[in-house]
Amino acid sequence: MSQAAAEALLAKFPDDVSRAPQGPGGDDLVFVKKERIAEVCRFLKEDPALRFNMAPYVTAVDYLGQEPRFEVVYNLYSSSLNHRLRLRVKVPESDLTVPTVCGVWRGADWFERYCYDMYGITFPGHPDHRRLFMYDEFVGHPLRKDYPLRGRQPLTSERDVPELLRGPGPESRD
Amino acid sequence: MPSEIDIVPAVTTRREEAQGFFEGLVSKSLGWARKNSLWQYPFVTACCGMEYMSVASARYDIARFGAEVPRFSPRQADLLLVVGTINCKQGPVLKRIYEQMAEPKWVIAFGVCASSGGFYDNYATVQGIDRLVPVDVYIPGCPPRPEQVLDGLILLQKKVQAQQHKLIDRVPALAAGK
Repeated sequence: MSQAAAEALLAKFPDDVSRAPQGPGGDDLVFVKKERIAEVCRFLKEDPALRFNMAPYVTAVDYLGQEPRFEVVYNLYSSSLNHRLRLRVKVPESDLTVPTVCGVWRGADWFERYCYDMYGITFPGHPDHRRLFMYDEFVGHPLRKDYPLRGRQPLTSERDVPELLRGPGPESRD
Repeated sequence: MPSEIDIVPAVTTRREEAQGFFEGLVSKSLGWARKNSLWQYPFVTACCGMEYMSVASARYDIARFGAEVPRFSPRQADLLLVVGTINCKQGPVLKRIYEQMAEPKWVIAFGVCASSGGFYDNYATVQGIDRLVPVDVYIPGCPPRPEQVLDGLILLQKKVQAQQHKLIDRVPALAAGK
């Protein structure tokens, strides 16, 4: 459906956009260089033949052990033309910054805060760059693959409860 | 062969005996009154709330046990119902709510998440609210059936009835001459 959108994008930004292997969902995927993501998104939204007026989901992936380690994924949708496109942006661990797309879609605000909270990717230019889910006292980014699964950071001191069938308590937490 | 002195209970004066009798009477009647008018503060955070609504509404009717009054101020509530998952971010809030409730107060952990964290054994979830506040009755189930909740409530009523109640829990500072 959005083959045309991917083709138009490749024609417009030949140096910054490359084709990615197609995923199981049927949406077209393209890789975008992270320095140009804001310009690419602006073009996708404002071009009259594409009109991607929504970013229904922006998220990140941690490919631990690969290089570059992180990837930010932008799922785009055009409600007037009913087509979709998925942009993938590779983010190396040495430089965890991606330009914000909040200026293009206002709704990307919380998604970018989510990516910062869960993966530690920062978005320079974001209007309200805070954690989304976790509290400010929380150290680290819990959805990274190297964050311990039970890495709880309680805000108050916990009462000591007997360990019957409950698993490790406050002392022996990993 | 024990002597008669060992079998006979500790000698009490008739005054102490009478006082004990009336204190027992007061304790029993206060316990009866308190167990049949448990005003609850529903701390509803998750899907167990649906089951709580079912218990509270006409079909299962928690009013049969005198616990039909939800109070949304902890200062007016006797029973803290923790319904659903409590995560680390909410921990201080729950603790504060508990501390704001007036004595006497009781706590029910409603569902496995409140009792033990349930299957959320991860970075965000408190592994049972007894890590934060003392709990009287745990109701298992994900979510528990309304019958199970009523069973837990009856257990709590038995516990309340068996506890010691006093007409004046604490002598006011003025009367104590301080």
